[in-house]
Amino acid sequence: MNWSDALIQFQYDLGAPQELSWLIEGITYFIGAFILANAALVLALLLIWITRKVVSRIQDRIGPNRVGRYGLFQTVADAVKLLSKEDITPSTADKVSYLIAPVLAVMGVLMALAVIPFGAGLVGADLNVGVLYLVALGSIGIMAALMAGWGSNNKYALLAGFRVVAQLLSYEIPMVLAMLAPVLLVGTMSMQGISQAQSLYLGPINLGLGWFIFLLPGAFLIYFISALAEAEQTPFDLLEAESELIAGFHIEYSGMKFAMFFLAQFLNSFFLGAIAVVLFLGGWQGPFAGQIPLLGPIYFLAKTFFVYVVIQWVKGTFPRVRVDQMMSFAWKVLVPLVLALILAQMIIMKLPTPMWLNYILVLVANLAVVVAVLNILGKYFQREQVRSKRAFEPKSLIGVMQPARPASGD
Amino acid sequence: MPELPFELPPLPTIQQVIFVMIAILTVLGALVVVLARNLFHSALGLVTAFFGAAGVYVVAEAEFIGVSQVLVYVGAISTLITFAIMLTRGMMFGATSPRNRQSGTAAMITILIFLVLTALVGAIPWPQAGEPIVEGQAIIAGLGRSFVNEYVVPFQLLAMLLLVALAGAIVLARDRK
Amino acid sequence: MLSQWGFVLILSAIAVIIPVAAIVLGHFLGPRRPDPVKNETYESGVETIGDTWVQFRAQYYLIGLIFLIFDVEVIFLFPIAVAYADLSFFSVIAAATFVLILILGLFLEWRKGALEWN
Repeated sequence: MNWSDALIQFQYDLGAPQELSWLIEGITYFIGAFILANAALVLALLLIWITRKVVSRIQDRIGPNRVGRYGLFQTVADAVKLLSKEDITPSTADKVSYLIAPVLAVMGVLMALAVIPFGAGLVGADLNVGVLYLVALGSIGIMAALMAGWGSNNKYALLAGFRVVAQLLSYEIPMVLAMLAPVLLVGTMSMQGISQAQSLYLGPINLGLGWFIFLLPGAFLIYFISALAEAEQTPFDLLEAESELIAGFHIEYSGMKFAMFFLAQFLNSFFLGAIAVVLFLGGWQGPFAGQIPLLGPIYFLAKTFFVYVVIQWVKGTFPRVRVDQMMSFAWKVLVPLVLALILAQMIIMKLPTPMWLNYILVLVANLAVVVAVLNILGKYFQREQVRSKRAFEPKSLIGVMQPARPASGD
Repeated sequence: MPELPFELPPLPTIQQVIFVMIAILTVLGALVVVLARNLFHSALGLVTAFFGAAGVYVVAEAEFIGVSQVLVYVGAISTLITFAIMLTRGMMFGATSPRNRQSGTAAMITILIFLVLTALVGAIPWPQAGEPIVEGQAIIAGLGRSFVNEYVVPFQLLAMLLLVALAGAIVLARDRK
Repeated sequence: MLSQWGFVLILSAIAVIIPVAAIVLGHFLGPRRPDPVKNETYESGVETIGDTWVQFRAQYYLIGLIFLIFDVEVIFLFPIAVAYADLSFFSVIAAATFVLILILGLFLEWRKGALEWN
């Protein structure tokens, strides 16, 4: 049973006239969209709290713990503080783009809610083009970054705007191609369809464990790395780089307008995680989710929060990459690998060999991609480690600290 | 109740209302493109018009085309246009006049194109959709099938065309030393 | 099917209203004491010299062009993926050729140094 059908039926039961069906539908959709969007706002507060807690634990700190239990209301206090800040518009800014940019940034992210399936029958709009719709929303974020960078009329903002657009464009290609792998397997772009396909029946019982990550780990890894870049999360946060640049394209923003960019970024990481859950981690599927519908949303949210925490873990652990490294990793590693993967999957799944053998071959191809990516990353981090060690160890000191040789001749 | 001398038009359906709203948005965006004194504002107007076009596609139940429109035109082409504007000094800030010597010619050509298009729309015998359009999923699958069956040669030619475009892009944009 | 997009339309309206409301609220709740120094372009306390326009690399434009071409090709792959289940082996080979040409283009760029960022 779909939530909207149930709600529409409920209104008719209350005595709503049949001829106003468009209005009834509109009211239903409005209720759904309103609840979703506002839940997302509350969620953002929780996400910021999680980020701060996880990162502080990694850095051996306690993190927020004063406001409310476990510091849970710290972000609420922060939001109130931002609300009471002065709303500054630089006098040289281009008013139109400067004002529209934060609105557009939030809009592009919130609209992703429409196609995310939270459970069986719990999806805002089960679009036939769901996957592509999500990718298309990314272009709104690109426009917002460009408008903010240009509208601020600030050198840093404009430079950062250029950089963020180059990064988003570069990582969009491997991300979309990685999203193609599950679509190729299921034959639909609908998010609900992809969720449903990841069931695993043991007799009549749906174990809900036919997750695509077990078959397509390579595509998942490439999606995950690209999603980190799309969400501007730490290994790829070079356009924000608090310690190097000043803030990125939103340097000239203050108060609520700044908060909007902040909100958009955190929600974007969460939603990209949610997309990963739908495409590769079974969505709302899980043991007995078919029998007890309530388990669906619980599974979905649990998995998504898990992915979000992993993203924050990565954020707390890895060093930032350079621009040239970021670009060449996208175009010289991810894109060729994911193209080869798609090519292999296309051909293997049509081979006249038995189906189980095809699945194993696809898995082998994916594992090869995982090994390749991890190898390249491992080599890179090894190099970085050597480089940073050299940078921090003055040569003279190394000389002094060598153990004294016993003088010869004694 | 007195007889009206003419028949009242039927009430517009909700789809028609939404279509008109989208159409107005598109036209407004297009007007900004032409009339804005700032080139970047023109680019933003163009993005609005692209979004409007995507909306028209969706209202016509061509969701795939609509989403592709956003992906290609808003995501890629308008970014390119903005880059091009920003790479050119002088064009970036400061007003440019929307009028120059070519205004008259441009207006004439535009009116001509408008007339031709209107005549065409009127002349073509549009197929009437007797029954509701098949499920959207089937349309997309049909599109995919025809790419690799009936239209396989144009499809491969398209790939070659894109390859040539790629080579051209490299030649054009590379720093000349 | 169209009514599904009605949800998207309504959600987009709400998604615009929320940030606008937040910004308007912040505008009225916060203090307003503008002064010319505060409203200047921020540059770590130093007055900005010259235009915001500084020399940009043409590389950005090239990345945009490459992205555009790949984007178009990816869009063609999605309907094929949806139709994949009832395609013949020959059709799949045709689609694979398409991907191969894409890979060829990528290597062409690589060889010509269009992917270098220096």
